Amino acid sequence: MNSGFSLGLLNVCILFLAAFLGLELVRRVSPLLHTPLMSLTNAISAISVVGGIMIVGEAAGMHTSSVLGVVAIVAATLNIVAGFMITDRMLKMFRREDKRGKK
Amino acid sequence: METGALQNFWQYAYFLAAVTIVFSIKWLSSPTTSRRGVIAGEIGFALAIIGTLLRAGVHNYTEIVIAMIVGAAIGAPMALLMPMTAVPQFTALSHAFGALAAALVGTAEYYKTATPPTGAEMVALTIEVLLGYLTFTASIMAFAKLQDLIPTRPMTYTGQNFVNLGLLAVAAGIGVWMIAAPAPAWAYPVFIGLSLLFGVLLILPIGGGDMPTVIALLNSYAGASACAMGFALNNQMLIIAGATNAASGFILSVIMCKAMNRSFTNVLFGAFGQVQAADKTKQAAKPVHSATAEDAAMILANSQKVIIVPGYGMAVAQAQHKVRELTDQLVKRGVDVEFAIHPVAGRMPGHMNVLLAEADIPYDRLHEMEDINAEFSEADVALVIGANDVVNPAARHDKSSPIYGMPILDVDKARTVMVIKRSMNPGFAGIENELYYNDKTLMLFGDAKAFVAEIVKEVAAQAPVAA
Repeated sequence: MNSGFSLGLLNVCILFLAAFLGLELVRRVSPLLHTPLMSLTNAISAISVVGGIMIVGEAAGMHTSSVLGVVAIVAATLNIVAGFMITDRMLKMFRREDKRGKK
Repeated sequence: METGALQNFWQYAYFLAAVTIVFSIKWLSSPTTSRRGVIAGEIGFALAIIGTLLRAGVHNYTEIVIAMIVGAAIGAPMALLMPMTAVPQFTALSHAFGALAAALVGTAEYYKTATPPTGAEMVALTIEVLLGYLTFTASIMAFAKLQDLIPTRPMTYTGQNFVNLGLLAVAAGIGVWMIAAPAPAWAYPVFIGLSLLFGVLLILPIGGGDMPTVIALLNSYAGASACAMGFALNNQMLIIAGATNAASGFILSVIMCKAMNRSFTNVLFGAFGQVQAADKTKQAAKPVHSATAEDAAMILANSQKVIIVPGYGMAVAQAQHKVRELTDQLVKRGVDVEFAIHPVAGRMPGHMNVLLAEADIPYDRLHEMEDINAEFSEADVALVIGANDVVNPAARHDKSSPIYGMPILDVDKARTVMVIKRSMNPGFAGIENELYYNDKTLMLFGDAKAFVAEIVKEVAAQAPVAA
C-alpha cells in the first residue's frame, strides 16, 4: 500500500465483498423476520456516528463543522438506541407453539 | 509500548465491530438465534464507538458524551412507548435520523477545511450527502404518510417524472462540478437544498400500498450513504457496515417488487404511482352474499381447517388480539388454524408477522405464500381480514387489471371464503375485487376488531364438540 490508488482500490474491493455478503445473508433471512431485519439494519446504518465523533473529537473549538457533528451524533445515537431496542422488543414476541396444543 | 498498543486499539476494535455486525445479520436469519444477533450488533457498536473515542486526536469528550446521552434519552423512550402497530412509521422516522446524521457528517467534512476537498474524497462526500439528505426528507415524508399526517393516496401530476429526474440531474450536475473543481460558495447549499427537495418529491407519488418497497429502498439508501462516508473517511468498517446494510435494503425491495410483479426500474426511479391510474370501470352491480357473525361462527366452528389471511385492515382496526382469541377458540374445538401471509401485506416487509406475534400467535402457524397456497384447496374456510389486492383472482387471469401477474393467495380455492370488510369500497388501488361476487364468498361487513369479537362470542356459544 504505497499509493493512494491502491488503497482506494482496496476499499472498492471491500465494498464489493461486503455487498455480496450482505445480499447472501439477507436472502437467507426468513420472511417471518423481515420487519426485525429492517429495524436492525436501520440501527446499523447509524454507524455514521463514528464519523460524527471524529468530526467533533478532532475539532479545535466550536464552529460550523463541530456543531453539525454534535447534531449528527445526537441523531445517530437516537437511531442506534431506538433501532436496537425496538428490534429486541419485536424479537421477544416471537414464540413457538407450546406443547400443550395438538400436533 | 502501552501507548502504542492503545493507539492502535481502534483498528482492532473496528475489525471486530465489522465482524460482529456481519454476524448480527447472519444470526437474525432464524427466530432461534435472532436475539443473539441483536446482542452481537450492540457489541459491534460499542466496539466501534469506544474504538473511535480512543483514537489519537479525539478530544472534546464532554460534547460527544452529552450528544450521545441526548440521543439515547430521546431514542429509548421512543422505542419503549411505540405501539407495535406503528412499526412502519417508526422505522421510517428512525431512517430519517440515521440519514440526517450521515448527511450532516458529510457537510461538516466539507466545511471543515478552508478549501473544499476535490477528487476522490469529494466523489464520496457528494454521494454521501446526496443520499443522506434525500433519504432524510423522503423518510420524513414516508413517516407522515404512514402516520396519516398527509394523504396516503399517491399525489401525481403530469410531467412528474420529468420534474423529478430533471431535479436529480441538476443536483448531480452541481455534484460533478464540485468534484471537478472548487465550486463557488453557493453551490454546496444549493446542492443540499436540491437533495432535500428531491426526497420530498420522490415520496409524493407513492401510495400506502407501495410503502413496503419504499421503506426497504430508503433503508438501502441510508446504508449506501454510510458506505460512501467510509470512502470519504477511508474507514473500512464503515464501508463494510454500510454495504451490508445497503445490500440488505436492496434485496428486500427486490423481494417486495417481485411480490407485486413490478419491474425493477420502477423501484429505482420511485415511480410507483402509475398503478392507481388504472381502470376504475365499475362492474355492473352484482349480488354479494353477506352474512352475520352467527352464520360465520357456525361455519367456522364446524370446520376442519381454517386459513386466516390478514392484511393492512387488520392492523388499522387493531384486530390482532381478537384474532388470537378466535384462533384459541377454534383450536380448542380441534380446528386446524393457519395463517397465510402475503409478502406485501401491510405497510412494511414482515409487518403482519410482527402484529400476530404481538398478539401471541405462535410463529409456526404463520406461513409464507408459496408454502401455504397449495393448502387452500383443502381448507374449509379462508377468512380474509382486511386484505384486498393480495387475494384478488383478477391477478391470475384479467390481463387488463393493473395487478395482473401479481402472485396472490389462492383463497378462492377454499370451500368457503369469508371476507371481513368495512364496506364494498374498492381497496387502496381502486381495483374491483371479483372475489367478493363469488358464490362461495360470504361478506362480513363491519369493523374487523368488532366483527371478530362477535364471532369469538358466537363460537364460544356453539355446542361443545364431543370429545
